[in-house]
Amino acid sequence: MHWLLEPGLFTNDSVRTAFLLGAMVSLVSAVVGVFTVLRAQSFAGHALTDVAMAGGAGASLAGVAPLLGFLGGGVLGAGAMDAIGVLRVKGRDIATGVVLGAATGLAALFLFLVASSSAATGSTQLILFGSVFTVEASTLPYVAGLSALVLTALVFIRRPLLLSSLSSELAAVRGVRLRWVGGAFMIMLAVSVGLSSIVIGSILSTALLIGPPASALKMSSHVTKAVSIAVGLGIAATWLGIVFAYDSYYWLPAHRGLPVSFFVVFVVVIEFSFANLAYRFHARRVAPTTSARVNVEPVGGR
Amino acid sequence: MFSSFMTNAWLSGTVIALLVGAVGFFVVLRGSAFAAHAIPNGAFAGAAGANLVGINPLFGLVAFALAAAFGIGTSSRRTRSDVSTALALVAMLALGAAFLATSTEYEPAVNALLFGEILGVSSSEIVPVLALAVLCGVGLIYLFRPLLYSSLSPELSRARGLNITRIETLFLIIVALASALAVPVVGALLTFSLTIGPPAAARLLSSRPGRALALSMLLSLLTLWVAIASSYAFNLPIGFFVGTLSAALYLFVRGWVVLRTRRSIAQSA
Repeated sequence: MHWLLEPGLFTNDSVRTAFLLGAMVSLVSAVVGVFTVLRAQSFAGHALTDVAMAGGAGASLAGVAPLLGFLGGGVLGAGAMDAIGVLRVKGRDIATGVVLGAATGLAALFLFLVASSSAATGSTQLILFGSVFTVEASTLPYVAGLSALVLTALVFIRRPLLLSSLSSELAAVRGVRLRWVGGAFMIMLAVSVGLSSIVIGSILSTALLIGPPASALKMSSHVTKAVSIAVGLGIAATWLGIVFAYDSYYWLPAHRGLPVSFFVVFVVVIEFSFANLAYRFHARRVAPTTSARVNVEPVGGR
Repeated sequence: MFSSFMTNAWLSGTVIALLVGAVGFFVVLRGSAFAAHAIPNGAFAGAAGANLVGINPLFGLVAFALAAAFGIGTSSRRTRSDVSTALALVAMLALGAAFLATSTEYEPAVNALLFGEILGVSSSEIVPVLALAVLCGVGLIYLFRPLLYSSLSPELSRARGLNITRIETLFLIIVALASALAVPVVGALLTFSLTIGPPAAARLLSSRPGRALALSMLLSLLTLWVAIASSYAFNLPIGFFVGTLSAALYLFVRGWVVLRTRRSIAQSA
């Protein structure tokens, strides 16, 4: 095992923090992500990562903790997208894109100002691509608290949320307040994106949000099962990513470690490719009709 | 602002703005905003990779943008397109991050790649940039009718015997080439802003395709000119101006259209 687990992996404090942090963040992202994929809101989820990026960049300019910026930016962005109509299917890509573009522009400004006003380098890479090994252990309780909050809220609204994700008409008939449910979900999405930003960076948090849930929904159309598979795949990707990144310091002759986020995304993409292959193989063997597909494709998907 | 070293900036900016305005019109019409957002990020990985191995960044930009376009094109035929686009996007960005981590690139260069640089096209690159832009323009003129037709009614055009898949592939190639040209100037993360902001505003102003296309190119040109001038004058990254101006333009036009409709309804009542 020496080739996989380089010396000092489990005795290193920042690595231990990274493992804990990675597990919590993957858990929240996977659960929220299953609903995001079911609601066909991948683009909205991705746009929130760009807004979180602007928040993180603003925080590092103002000298406060990046987590605060990621969260604040994400929640504000969710509000803005809700206000200009992301929840309506028609034209929502444009509304999403406009918010995303404005936020990215602001991030450009903030990061430029940070780079030109302070001697600290690497803030662009830190905000965009994350650096879980630099997160201090004192951040852990906040991440745990926020994760618990999002998961509890999600358990609370899971029924109306699931119903409105599968058929908004049916949900409306059953008395679900679509606007409230949609808005509440956007806020959960924003918090989850903010949390994963500190692990794999703001613009890459889409990977943990979409990858494991999309793979899981290929493997099971049963929502509870899909959620547990997604959690497993997400935690596996994050932990493997952390191990590889730690080891990569010894791989390259120049001793420059590769970013954790690169390996996490790498594992996530491999998981999705396998899930996709298995799904197609299975679908061809079991169901010549399209009935197996119907469960996976959400109503109102693009 | 108009001194000799800025000639390239204005020339490349003008060509890029006109091209992106035209491509963006079809992106908005076809609702392929997410793909148009992902492809420039592929170009970013290409430029970072080209820097690492020390070849001309334009090669890296074009090769990776095309790879991203093909990846999105083929995988979206098999699975849900928004999911595969999202994954292609993060995979490319992560690859770019890994390239940057292994090279000794210093921060301003990284920022320029992500957020734009008005002098992003060097004088030796201006000829290939112009050639590629002309190629894209010819491609768009050739595809104009089938693109318009298949965007407005895929079913009808399929019934008329148009090969939708081929049209989509050719279109994604044009988006990829246009992105590869725009990324060095506008930045990987902001090229998308220019691709949808002005065209979406143009579509609100006119529902006639020809007029909307012309408006889209004009608004895109105005946005980029103002962005280049402000970036030069205030010494701030061009991406900031492109992103905020595109969004402001869209919101302004949308507000104006809403107001105008309300007034005309009030008058007729």
